[in-house]
Amino acid sequence: MDLELTHEQSLLVDTVRRFVETEILPLELHLDPDADEIPAEDYERLCEKTKTMGLYGMDIPPEYGGPELDLVTRTLLAVEMAQHRAGLYAPCYGVFGGAGLAQLFEATDDQKARYLYPTLAGEKKGFFGLSEPSGGSDPARAIQTKAIREGDHWVINGSKLWISGADRADYGLVFARTDPEKGRGGVTCFIVDTDTPGFHVRRIVHTLRSARYATELQFEDMRVPHANILGEVNKGFAIANDRLTRQRIPYAAGCIGVAIKAHAMALDYVPERETFGAPLSSRQAIQWMLVDNEIDIRQALWITLEAASKADRGEPFRKEAAMAKLVATEAGGRVVDRCVQMFGGFGVAKDFPFERWYREMRIRRIGEGPSEVQRHIIAREILGSSLR
Amino acid sequence: MAQTWHSWAPDEASTLSLGHGHMGIFELADADENVLLIGYAGGSSQEGLSGSIRAAWANVPDASLVRWEVTTSYWSRYQECLMRYQATHQTLPPHNTDSPKGRLSPHHGS
Repeated sequence: MDLELTHEQSLLVDTVRRFVETEILPLELHLDPDADEIPAEDYERLCEKTKTMGLYGMDIPPEYGGPELDLVTRTLLAVEMAQHRAGLYAPCYGVFGGAGLAQLFEATDDQKARYLYPTLAGEKKGFFGLSEPSGGSDPARAIQTKAIREGDHWVINGSKLWISGADRADYGLVFARTDPEKGRGGVTCFIVDTDTPGFHVRRIVHTLRSARYATELQFEDMRVPHANILGEVNKGFAIANDRLTRQRIPYAAGCIGVAIKAHAMALDYVPERETFGAPLSSRQAIQWMLVDNEIDIRQALWITLEAASKADRGEPFRKEAAMAKLVATEAGGRVVDRCVQMFGGFGVAKDFPFERWYREMRIRRIGEGPSEVQRHIIAREILGSSLR
Repeated sequence: MAQTWHSWAPDEASTLSLGHGHMGIFELADADENVLLIGYAGGSSQEGLSGSIRAAWANVPDASLVRWEVTTSYWSRYQECLMRYQATHQTLPPHNTDSPKGRLSPHHGS
């Protein structure tokens, strides 16, 4: 097992690191501390740069025009992209592009033409509608939104909660129960246009992440064509599950990136800051915080890279992805908390990014499946059928 | 979620009690409480809500009333207020130029 980066990986990591330092950090000096967008002209200019670098849309499969990068390399780059104030939820403000909703790569040709290609071209935006007021961690049982077939259409009634971006999306993936008797085998994924009659964005849900809100959706007799089913009827849970597993690795990478940046800022600060006639760095209490940061960051990074490596090899990585998500979100929280402590008043002031990281990092232990669910997944994987 | 608007007050001087440190959102309105401008004081505002309201008041000559809400969620609340106004009136308040980032369905919320 080789723990060294390849020459190409080192070059790419250095390139993205320089990009963050020279393009993103200076921009943030002029933005509201809670901003998660940059001015349109800066966005366009920086997208052109990432395209020239050959790194735009790196999560897009090569056959759809993305660069051919393995998941380990993409994870390393995701760690770099997160190392700025907005980096946890808006890494580099999106100028490296994205793959949109990756499930659409499995769509029919007609669906790809209507949704995937316009999304990759930046002409359409989508949302992922899984969680409901009845719960998000156990979607197989919690989904109460119902879809009933009427000829060539399905009539959908129900609601969704904690949905990001639905208020500005052109379409979304909506999971609905199509067979009430079958549990996880009775869920279907629909591609829903947001201008469909009966589609409502009912309210904004404010959270610790004040830069971006969640929404609550309601569907009232919303008629969706049968042709808009993604995959097969009653096979939607596998689509949701696949997405949740894959999403855990970049989710972990973002936490690690922010933790690395916070820790680096602390390393710069503590030799300069004096208390009682000596620099903070001479205090054992501070040294131990820095040591614990180092250990937390390293553990999270290696566990996350291992998950990415297994995925690259085509091996099952469900357990490893859950471990990466669990360890990185919890380690990231501890690292940022220690850095807040070391920076004292500056740690909680809006002048510095720590207070934003502190708020947003707390969400990461809940979003995309809370820590307890990750532990449940890991337990199920290592105990196997004896747990069921 | 219950919001915590301060009740409509007759002029910007009413906000002086806010001091300089508060982040939040505000609305300026005419004498009939028709909203003319929705604004916010963010984390990098120099004088917080009171300063932002004073500056906005100077640019909205027909403003007679002001109300505000102290909140650290100034950005998402600002967006929400713009979206609610647009959902109800199909347009923005006359002195707002920034469109909201998203949209709410009409006739819901207050």
